[in-house]
Amino acid sequence: MGNITFVEHDGTEHAVEIEPGKSLMDLALDNGIPGIDADCGGECACGTCHVIVEGNGVSITGSASDAELQMLDLTPERADSSRLACQIVISDAMDGMIARLPEFQM
Amino acid sequence: MNIVNLVAKQSAAIVPMPLQVKAAHLLYKTKVKLGVYTEFPEFVEAPVPDVSTLAIEDIDVSNPFLFKQGCWEPYFKRLRDECPVHFQKNSLFGPFWSITRYEDVMFVDKNHELFSSEPFIVIGQAPKELSVEMFIAMDPPKHDVQRQAVQGVVAPQNLKEMEGLIRSRAQEVLDNLPLDKPFNWVDEVSVELTARMLATLLDFPYEERQKLVYWSDLAGGGAQSTGGSNDMDELFKGMGEMAKDFSLLWRKKEAETAAGKKPGFDLISMLQNNDATKNLINTPMEFLGNLALLIVGGNDTTRNSMSGGVLALNKFPDEFAKLKANPSLIPNMVSEIIRWQTPLAHMRRVATQDVEVNGQTIKKGDKVVMWYASANRDERAIDQPDQFIIDRKGARNHLSFGFGVHRCMGNRLAELQLRILWEELLARFDSIEVIGEPEYVQSNFVKGYSKMMVKLTAKQ
Ligand code: HEM
Ligand code: FES
Repeated sequence: MGNITFVEHDGTEHAVEIEPGKSLMDLALDNGIPGIDADCGGECACGTCHVIVEGNGVSITGSASDAELQMLDLTPERADSSRLACQIVISDAMDGMIARLPEFQM
Repeated sequence: MNIVNLVAKQSAAIVPMPLQVKAAHLLYKTKVKLGVYTEFPEFVEAPVPDVSTLAIEDIDVSNPFLFKQGCWEPYFKRLRDECPVHFQKNSLFGPFWSITRYEDVMFVDKNHELFSSEPFIVIGQAPKELSVEMFIAMDPPKHDVQRQAVQGVVAPQNLKEMEGLIRSRAQEVLDNLPLDKPFNWVDEVSVELTARMLATLLDFPYEERQKLVYWSDLAGGGAQSTGGSNDMDELFKGMGEMAKDFSLLWRKKEAETAAGKKPGFDLISMLQNNDATKNLINTPMEFLGNLALLIVGGNDTTRNSMSGGVLALNKFPDEFAKLKANPSLIPNMVSEIIRWQTPLAHMRRVATQDVEVNGQTIKKGDKVVMWYASANRDERAIDQPDQFIIDRKGARNHLSFGFGVHRCMGNRLAELQLRILWEELLARFDSIEVIGEPEYVQSNFVKGYSKMMVKLTAKQ
């Protein structure tokens, strides 16, 4: 077992226990993390589950698909390690990962 | 729309835009006279038949009176249940497929490489002479570049700057409404607030804000495009006027900045401050297209959500009581209003290759219409879809803003405007009572209200 930490824009941290196989978006929603809207319910079609991964997350989560990159291009707070949380499948290896939330989802 | 194909791109920068529109109008009229174009017939209203009396292949949901006569729900329910991917061979708008279930609409909207947004995103078409270039009707990569150039103006960071002004402009309208006396909510509140919001967004001369409403109503209401009742000559005249006013506004802003004025948070200032778009006026079709898209996109959609919310709370009075007891439900209710209303009934695509959707084979080149109005009532995806539930779980998962790369760019602005409206209404009024039946717009695209009488009671 391990943890993933969501960090809100104002710095508030939420450490959440890893559940392998779940999407990072569902993990956030199921744990009541504020700041993930997930309007399309995980279809990679809205961009409102935007997170910026840090720490070991960048290498472990792999790279985004073309469809994901295209949706990310439409988010105003896009950073180099931006991902859509619904496209990340959690594994035990993500212990210690940090997922920063943007100020706004759009 | 591509305001004029008569002038080559270079000369397009030299010939003033309003003259170009005039030339396009002349060309259009000549083509009609010569019989190159037949004028699209005017729609004559007749009672819409009961859907249960029709054979499935005769169902035609492009009928622009379906929403006007309030009989759309059983039509789409029958399609969802019996023939969710439905082909209509000979509508007045030509043959088209209807996609009516949530899951299938999501599939089409997501897959822009299978379903193109070009050349147009409503069921019918616009006259070729009057097609300004709007990125809503472009495919990637061109779409992405153009959208990125303007979306900053409606991004949440920028909205924060505008919220105060939008709110004070809304308060002014609500403070001047009559009490205990019926008035038309559509004109006095919905149209007025939307005009103020759009004028704020564009920093358009405030006293002339009704023009924005007029132009976008014109652009969205042609018989040939959506079964509306607008006149072609008026449309061309209006677009010419719009071209003129927008170019003046651009030049005025340019001069102000040159004179040392600090640029604002409005659309034109943002465009002029961005290297990619600071010379946009030299490509008039794109310039006009981008401005027109913002006012057309933000106009009757927001307006009809403002009216729809009032109607919904009248049809479901327990929800109004719930709201008054717990105003923190407003943001969730705003999403539910937008789902329940579904201000834009459809978006259209064209299949780029043969593709199977839910067991039907759609052929390359076929028109495909995604019916958001139906998908938002799909029992398979939404619990009790006909009910208006302000604390609905997953209220944000509606389809009214579309999904995929064309997902509504103004969604946060629309939500902001509606949230402000309801916060300010609750602070002032105890009851907002709809008197009689509202009147609905004639269109197969805009799902909205032309008139709704309302009586207000002040808060004790
Ligand atoms: C409740 C209000 C609104 C509704 C229901 C609505 C609905 C829609 C829909 C259905 C689309 C197409 C989505 C797709 O094809 O997948 C769209 C696109 C768009 N909307 Fe909205 N809209 C609303 C408000 C606004 C506002 C306030 C603005 C701007 C001021 C706006 C600007 C746009 C633009 C620019 C696009 C094109 C986006 C693109 O092609 O990338 N909309 N809207
Ligand atoms: S939930 Fe919509 S893109 Fe992830």
